[in-house]
Amino acid sequence: MKTKELLFNPIFNDNPIALQILGICSALAVTSSLRVTLVMCVALTLVTGFSNFFVALVRNHIPNSIRIIVQMTIIASLVILVDEVLKAVAYDISKELSVFVGLIITNCIVMGRAEAFAMKNPPLPSFIDGIGNGLGYSVILIGLAVIRELFGAGKLMGYEILPLATEGGWFVSNGLLLLPPSAFFLIGLFIWAIRAWKKDQVEEPDFKMSANTVAKEA
Amino acid sequence: MEHYLSLFIRAIFTENMALMFFLGMCTFLAISKKVEAALGLGIAVIVVLTITVPVNNLLYTYLLADGALAWAGLPEVDLSFLGLISYIGVIAALVQILEMVLDKYVPALYNALGVFLPLITVNCAILGASLFMVQRDYNLGESVVFGAGSGVGWALAITALAGIREKMKYSDVPDGLRGLGITFITVGLMSLGFMSFGGIDL
Repeated sequence: MKTKELLFNPIFNDNPIALQILGICSALAVTSSLRVTLVMCVALTLVTGFSNFFVALVRNHIPNSIRIIVQMTIIASLVILVDEVLKAVAYDISKELSVFVGLIITNCIVMGRAEAFAMKNPPLPSFIDGIGNGLGYSVILIGLAVIRELFGAGKLMGYEILPLATEGGWFVSNGLLLLPPSAFFLIGLFIWAIRAWKKDQVEEPDFKMSANTVAKEA
Repeated sequence: MEHYLSLFIRAIFTENMALMFFLGMCTFLAISKKVEAALGLGIAVIVVLTITVPVNNLLYTYLLADGALAWAGLPEVDLSFLGLISYIGVIAALVQILEMVLDKYVPALYNALGVFLPLITVNCAILGASLFMVQRDYNLGESVVFGAGSGVGWALAITALAGIREKMKYSDVPDGLRGLGITFITVGLMSLGFMSFGGIDL
């Protein structure tokens, strides 16, 4: 497969969050502020890329029965690295992310790509595939964070964009957007938007509604 | 006693793992099409959480925390950076052991849980609970209660969602929203409902 396809396919055509239902776990909780989200996205993209790279490097030497453990160890070591770097460089953000950096370990994107792609492909394409999937995840997350922070708090990256009515401006913020439920609503609408654009991603219905043929019951 | 009860209720309702912290979402969305399956997975999660959180608590207090190795004559050692890798190791090992024990002694439950047990290793709710336990400095008793409580909360959420989805498959949903999209919106509404428990303090 071509490098470009590997990199860009996961962003819209095969998005890990919207289509593969991977990696939603730890992600949504960090989207109430854009700054934190950006850090989380960079962390996840790097971990996915490098874990794919290292898994692909050793893929021919791993006995099949213990491959999950080996993948876990590689991923966990990378996450520890990210966690320690964050604590040293950006302590505030690392505090805000709290347990969610650690939860990258169990993020299904990382594990899923290692298992589905890196075990069968050479290191370089695997690395690019990892980065591509990380970007696909980042696109959704950044989209969510922009909406939530802009309309929930009137700010972006902590800078005021829409002056709040409570502070003498004109914008009345929607506090609900900063609470957990709104993340679910927004991601539902995001999926709707993507599927309205890419019709082939629409799921088949379990049952088909038949037309109402008996006139008197209508 | 009161303190424990309050912690238990809080872990189930106000700090629900699935609906408030988005933990265990992948399995939450994937396995919630049928009530029986959801219930089986829920029970497995309760069992695993009640065991792993206290075990990780012991591991943290006696091996990993700053100065925890004082009993071995090494008061200077701080192994807390090894936390993540040890917790996930403990979880994976415990799930494996639990699977073998159940297979040997309680085959009925083993068959009922089936494929869900190994799946639980990568459920973020399990690792998340251990990390919250460390972050909030729970002691052994508290971590048992917290583990059980978050398990019950998660099981409650997934069973409720499965119930809703079973009814929803007969409804006429707009094309693009069908399946995953409408499920997210339903979960959002449930989460909104669970927010009404906020502020309950025993």
